[in-house]
Amino acid sequence: MKMLPFFVIIPLGAAFLISLLGKKIRKSGDILANICTLSLLGLSLYSISLVHIHKVLVYKVGGWGWVPGIGSIGICMVLDGLTSLMLVTVNVVSLLVTIYSINYMQKFTDKVKFYTLFMLMLAGMNGIIITGDLFNLFVFLEIASIASYALVAFGTEAEELEASFKYAIMGSVASSFILLGIALVYSYTSTLNMADISLVLSQKGSGPLVNFIAVLFLVGFGLKAALVPFHAWLPDAHPSAPAPISAMLSGVLIKTLGIYAIMRIFFNVIGIATTSILSIVMLLGALSMLAGVILALSQWDFKRLLAYHSISQVGYIMLGIGLGTPLGILGGLFHLFNHSVFKSLLFLGSGALDYTLHTRDLRQMGGLRERMPVTANTNLVASMSIAGIPPFNGFWSKLLIILACVQSHIQSGKMIYMIYAICAITGSILTLASFMKVQKYAFFGKLNEKWQEIKEVPALMQLSMVILAAICVVSSLLLIPLFKPFLQNAVEALLLGTGYKDAVFSAAK
Amino acid sequence: MSEYILCFTLFCIGLYCVLRKRNIIKIIIGLGIVEYAVNLFFVLIGYRLHGRAPILAKDQAITNMVDPIPQALVLTSIVIGLAVTALIVALAIRIYEKYGTFDITKIRRLRG
Repeated sequence: MKMLPFFVIIPLGAAFLISLLGKKIRKSGDILANICTLSLLGLSLYSISLVHIHKVLVYKVGGWGWVPGIGSIGICMVLDGLTSLMLVTVNVVSLLVTIYSINYMQKFTDKVKFYTLFMLMLAGMNGIIITGDLFNLFVFLEIASIASYALVAFGTEAEELEASFKYAIMGSVASSFILLGIALVYSYTSTLNMADISLVLSQKGSGPLVNFIAVLFLVGFGLKAALVPFHAWLPDAHPSAPAPISAMLSGVLIKTLGIYAIMRIFFNVIGIATTSILSIVMLLGALSMLAGVILALSQWDFKRLLAYHSISQVGYIMLGIGLGTPLGILGGLFHLFNHSVFKSLLFLGSGALDYTLHTRDLRQMGGLRERMPVTANTNLVASMSIAGIPPFNGFWSKLLIILACVQSHIQSGKMIYMIYAICAITGSILTLASFMKVQKYAFFGKLNEKWQEIKEVPALMQLSMVILAAICVVSSLLLIPLFKPFLQNAVEALLLGTGYKDAVFSAAK
Repeated sequence: MSEYILCFTLFCIGLYCVLRKRNIIKIIIGLGIVEYAVNLFFVLIGYRLHGRAPILAKDQAITNMVDPIPQALVLTSIVIGLAVTALIVALAIRIYEKYGTFDITKIRRLRG
């Protein structure tokens, strides 16, 4: 229980130390950043066993207690199954990304500032996941967002600045919507603690105001998650960032800022009773799924193509979560984990190509398999995962989501679920087509004469790509009974619905 | 009630400014208006008519006080707004250096 604040303290402290020492001692930035992410990964893996024993853990920041009848006075941090799943996802990706950055970021002039911003973004993301307080969530969300606006513009080229400006404007408008929602929640319930809000809402009952709040949150967090009507910033912002940051943004940032917050607020705080909201979530998910992949088909810029696929894959996750059945949520959460692994691998691979070739245009590549075998093979694994080819992890999670759609169709008899299932299958086939294009143009075929002299990327970059590829293969095993509790605890945390408040209250005593 | 409606109007003006204006400096100003509208709304929620500051002193009974929590929250949110605005203005200056214009319709190198 005492370890919960360390998820925020470690990266914040690391950001401070790196900016202090980075300029004075050579390599200290690399070393500190890697130690920080490694210890965070260790802590988050340890949190799985804690969740297994205690189910829910609460840490009261500053030792402020709970007053019966009034609720909590201070901010609290909550660890449950969903939290630990998200923490593991974020910290696995961030560790491998920091290992990758040691070599990749060499070409940029100011590595120290990069690591500082990176650590701030990590602190923000871990904070969002672990906090149990609505305004605290907003503050961490802004920390992560501001750091990511700056990181997108890190190269300070014309395109990067333009993308960052667009992203910053959209992100700030989204934050304003979220803050307005929080203000209305506070005016209605006079508390900001999530468990307390849930308690008050269950006593007062929901009215039109609660629906209005739900819509505000859906717009705000939907903008952060780049669901389809709000997706315009993502295909500009994600490719413009340096490759490690693209991997972080597409891999975990849109999930923590968008999907996790939507899940936590709609399932655990407002309560699943507002099924109309869930059907909107599903509709947006299905739209994102198709629109993202169709837009991706015509792209020739490798990273831009990947960014459009992020929109599409987020659609899958939202569809799974929105179904609200145990199988659907399991599929959605499993796809969330899988997507962050294979999408970061794909972005790191595109970064490796950029590192050696200095271009992202697929038409100029070709036959790179002979020269860069490690990049080509890891990229092949990731492509097969995202396209849903067995036995890779992407196949199992997509299968679960489609099965859950069919199951809901059989149970409720509504045709719409069947249409969603067909959309999911279509999206998967189009994803396969798009990644066959990538493989054909980039890695197979004849070697372009320009690239006769190129070499494979440095060993540390290879290492992180190989580890991610290994996770792609191994994480299929998360579904077997021995490892299932990791996902199952998260599913139970969501299925608990507004029972979340009772769990938190009993853990806080 | 009228003050809430005015807040909402301010919010809409800011949003219109962000969405419709072509000059990026005006967009940034619009963003500021949106933020202030939300902050103003947040402060008004905690306000009581003829309320006083919630400071506990010895042998004083306070009957009517304003809610201090929204004020503390708004202070945080103003600081966040400051950081965002500073960052975006810095971006705008760099954009002007690269493109030589503030017109959003001419800043279009990304497409697809």
